[in-house]
Amino acid sequence: MKFFPALKALVFLACLIPLARLGWFGYTSQLGANPIELITRSTGTWTLVFLMITLGVTPLRKLTGWSWLIKLRRMLGLYAFFYVCLHFTTYIWLDQFFDPQTIYKDIIKRPFITVGFAAFLLLIPLAVTSTNKMVKRLGGKRWQQLHRLVYIIATFGVIHYWWLVKKDITQPVIYAIVLSVLLGYRALVWLRKTKSANLSSSHSKPMLKPSQQNS
Amino acid sequence: MLIKQPSDIKPSEITDKRIYQSRRDFMGAATKSIAAVAAGIALPGLLSHSQEVEAATAAKLSGLQKSSFSVTDPLTPYKDVTSYNNFYEFDTDKSSPAQMAGTLNTRPWTVAVEGEVKRPKVYDIEDLLKLVPLEERIYRLRCVEGWSMVIPWVGFSLSELIKQVEPTGNAKFVEFTTLHDPKQFPGQRSGVLDWPYVEGLRIDEAMNPLTLMAVGLYGEVLPNQNGAPVRLVVPWKYGFKSAKSIVKIRFVSKPTNSSWMKANPREYGFFANVNPNVDHPRWSQAKERRIGEFFKRETLMYNGYGDQVARMYAGLDLKKYF
Repeated sequence: MKFFPALKALVFLACLIPLARLGWFGYTSQLGANPIELITRSTGTWTLVFLMITLGVTPLRKLTGWSWLIKLRRMLGLYAFFYVCLHFTTYIWLDQFFDPQTIYKDIIKRPFITVGFAAFLLLIPLAVTSTNKMVKRLGGKRWQQLHRLVYIIATFGVIHYWWLVKKDITQPVIYAIVLSVLLGYRALVWLRKTKSANLSSSHSKPMLKPSQQNS
Repeated sequence: MLIKQPSDIKPSEITDKRIYQSRRDFMGAATKSIAAVAAGIALPGLLSHSQEVEAATAAKLSGLQKSSFSVTDPLTPYKDVTSYNNFYEFDTDKSSPAQMAGTLNTRPWTVAVEGEVKRPKVYDIEDLLKLVPLEERIYRLRCVEGWSMVIPWVGFSLSELIKQVEPTGNAKFVEFTTLHDPKQFPGQRSGVLDWPYVEGLRIDEAMNPLTLMAVGLYGEVLPNQNGAPVRLVVPWKYGFKSAKSIVKIRFVSKPTNSSWMKANPREYGFFANVNPNVDHPRWSQAKERRIGEFFKRETLMYNGYGDQVARMYAGLDLKKYF
């Protein structure tokens, strides 16, 4: 595709809009009464959004036939990591102010923080192995197996959101539905594959012996 | 009628809200006013509307007495007090109530005081405002979510009202009910809580001189998003205990199963006293973020009102009765 480099640059910039928006809100004092809460919520939300978008690349590529989409996936995934880093930094710096005791207690005692922290930790090896060099070093198959961790990470992310909400779970439910569709698509593909593999393997034998087909 | 023209107020008795707002807020408001006036010159209809709004928001409460219960902590800016609200009757988002508050109509308004009392009565809001001289009380407010404010409420002790209706010996608890009208409270169309919102206090808690019926803040009539026209303020308990836009006060013999207890009995108890040593099952209550402050501060036992309230809970297992 001729315009791909320009498109990629555009997507790169678009992905920075959520951060720019926060910056603008800060500059024009529109962060509201509880700015730290707003920043934490916003960076967390955008982490989830980027995880969903990243998971949406493959289904969308299959549906539309736009093979170039795959070339954006790494960048989108790294943006999820970028926003989770901001989210985590906001929590340990602005929210807890590097109070190791409180942070430790939070991670151990509070299920929503435990699961969110686990998701963050699991995302680190994926970010680290995102380079071409690392794909080569690991080998395509092992790399792919490792990167399937994103299914667990995204699930943990949605649970993290669900468990922190006081009562109105509308938003987490929306993310859960989107994630179910994205993971459900993969489950269907996988089921179809194993089915057709089974069919072809069970068909292959009689095909070799045509006489048996008539019996 | 206690709502008077600005000229009737002694300047010494009004808390000037501008003092508590940053220059930037003030400049912002000024810019908006200029814009409103400019728009008004072009569209006379708009001007009269904006003047109406101005008049409504600027309704001052006069002759306020000072209270010895007031704390000396710096006040949370008016803008934050009136734009960051948990009021699920409008919406679960905290910035929505201020934007949606226009759907609530606070006149006419009555409060039925009933149940185990010798003199049940339906009070008109205007009579409630004249019941006893109004006081300004600067209270800390600690939300169960972990943030806090310092608000100059205007109101009167609930005990004054209770004395008038003369509770019987069976009146062990007091139940407060918020207006239930999905037309005025669009949030009530969702099933996020079991409507109407009900809250309860033990009779001694209700009689505690700290327990306030608030009808205003910052020397002005209570904004709708803060629970107009009359709300409860129980400063040693988490904010959700302080029911807003009250239409019924009922004296009963059994503790109220409040809306939040029904929503999640494991997380929200009847007492809901501010307690840094008993965590919410999903988050710590040891610290709080005072709105407007950067660093979190330690949460105080009973929100710092232990001297006035601790004896009511002597011998009570606070981990069990949270």
